[in-house]
Amino acid sequence: MTALEQAQKIKAKFGDLISEPAEFRGEITVKLADAEQITAVCDFAKVQLGFDYLVDISSLDNYGDDPRWTVVYHLRGLKHGNEVRIKTDVSEEKSELPSVLPVWRTANWHEREIYDMMGIRFSGHPDLRRILMWEGYPYFPLRKDFPLAGKPSDLPGVAFTKPAPLEGGPFVTVAGGKDSISREPRVRTPEE
Amino acid sequence: MILMATVQDIEVRDSAARTAAAADELQDMHGEKMVLNMGPSHPATHGVLRIVLELDGEIITKADPDVGYLHRGDEKIAENMTYTQFIPYTDRLDYLAPLANNVAYALAVEKLLGIHDKLPPRCQYIRVMCAELARISAHLLGLGAFAMDMGAVTVFLLSFTEREKIYNLAEAISGARLTTSYTRIGGVMRDLPPGWLDQCQKFCDEFIPALNEFETLLTRNRIWVDRVHDLAVISKEDAIDYGLSGPNLRGSGVEYDLRKNQPYLCYKDLQFDVPVGAVGDCYDRYLVRMEEMRQSARILEQCIKKIPGGADNKSNEPVNVADGKITLPPKQKVLSSMEELIHQFMLVTEGVNCPPGEIYFGHENPKGELGFYINSKGGGTPYRLKIRSPSFVNLSIVPKIFVGTMISDTVAILGSLDFVMGECDR
Repeated sequence: MTALEQAQKIKAKFGDLISEPAEFRGEITVKLADAEQITAVCDFAKVQLGFDYLVDISSLDNYGDDPRWTVVYHLRGLKHGNEVRIKTDVSEEKSELPSVLPVWRTANWHEREIYDMMGIRFSGHPDLRRILMWEGYPYFPLRKDFPLAGKPSDLPGVAFTKPAPLEGGPFVTVAGGKDSISREPRVRTPEE
Repeated sequence: MILMATVQDIEVRDSAARTAAAADELQDMHGEKMVLNMGPSHPATHGVLRIVLELDGEIITKADPDVGYLHRGDEKIAENMTYTQFIPYTDRLDYLAPLANNVAYALAVEKLLGIHDKLPPRCQYIRVMCAELARISAHLLGLGAFAMDMGAVTVFLLSFTEREKIYNLAEAISGARLTTSYTRIGGVMRDLPPGWLDQCQKFCDEFIPALNEFETLLTRNRIWVDRVHDLAVISKEDAIDYGLSGPNLRGSGVEYDLRKNQPYLCYKDLQFDVPVGAVGDCYDRYLVRMEEMRQSARILEQCIKKIPGGADNKSNEPVNVADGKITLPPKQKVLSSMEELIHQFMLVTEGVNCPPGEIYFGHENPKGELGFYINSKGGGTPYRLKIRSPSFVNLSIVPKIFVGTMISDTVAILGSLDFVMGECDR
């Protein structure tokens, strides 16, 4: 079965939600009209059509157009070797669509990256934190209205994590102590 | 302080009751978990990867990789320059295999242009040789660093001797050892210099015995095998589910190599085997990389024999597509002919004019599948360029495979995953 036939099968299953498959440079692209259905479509593609490998998820900022976001899923079946691209639009007010994490676990980091870079949220994602930028960074740098030169923002503190239970425990050094004696490793109580 | 009494009465209870009581007691006794911060500056993280480990004694109960310390915004930068101008940025993705990145990116843009299967044969052979040299170079460093983290420093030193020769070869073709930027949209920067193929053949001749020597140091080495065997087993299903690619996917027994399964360039005309692992442990990933290097050398030797035009290109085989709207014309023509002057001017100022559309091209890079998704609205700059970096995806399995291993194993697992942060963080 060719990729085109498989795309036709997706269309046959979901009807008007799926656009007519488009071909460009030998790649098949279908567009999903309702982003809420993305998990169901992907699940169908994986379970029924053998697209077991999610290559990539990308996002597009159609700045100035409505809907503003497009999320692009690139699917591959390792057994049959075909590839299909599924695109779906998300409006700026909503900026949210379901996560495909239950279908492929590789979606975890891809979705976190899109959230980090574009600010599109994925409902049902268990751990939607920033991944490349730091926690607390106020902007979404891949948006078209974010300037190439960047915007000033607070830099993160040195330590991101909460103090570990052993911090200040036995045999620890104190960074930045006033002399080498106070810095050297020794038994310390947290109060000291 | 425990005060010892001189006389102590020992109460003997029956053992069954004692076991039951101990079990009750132990259930309430939760060992305090310790959080250990590994990286971002740690020799085994091969760059700036930070992993927050939660430990129960020496056993890892949770691992949370924190990437992004090397994030430079390559995708944002790409949107603001022409396709050709982005080539030097691809050097800095996987900086252990810049030649392979150049090839991957050029092929992606050429796919958008619709010329990726119309490249001149000599160009295809040159690019394949570049990609395979880069593969050997990257695997050698991966192997050397992996072994060094395990304490086998000799391998690192030996493998760098071989890498040095590859750097010399890269310098000879591109003028740079690391930041090669060798490919152009529609071809390569320039043809092979005289004597390069002989130099490459000499490298192949010396490389295989050297590789055999590395093998004698590691493959059957008891200490090495004990450290990496059966460690961090990734099942076939997990490897696919987590989207692993390259040697990490094949180490788990999935026979998928883009060079075989979606042949590009002239890989169809070349003989090579795709090694796969049996178990999916660190040892398998190591073996797969070792064998891939042999296969790469095999490809190189075939290319040297089969390259159209031969060493000195007496028959003047082109290395660039003959389209003035894609590749720069010869300088002599620019200075003497109006049309070529216009082409040169348009290409330099506006870039290669790509049609509107979107493509994804995945290239079998040393670390795995390096993919470029390019969305174009026409013109000389991409509207969106997404880099699917294999290291980023390969690292996402860390929280799963780290659990239950020891701290000292993390070094082996990271070494076997063989990632590079420049590419992961982009």
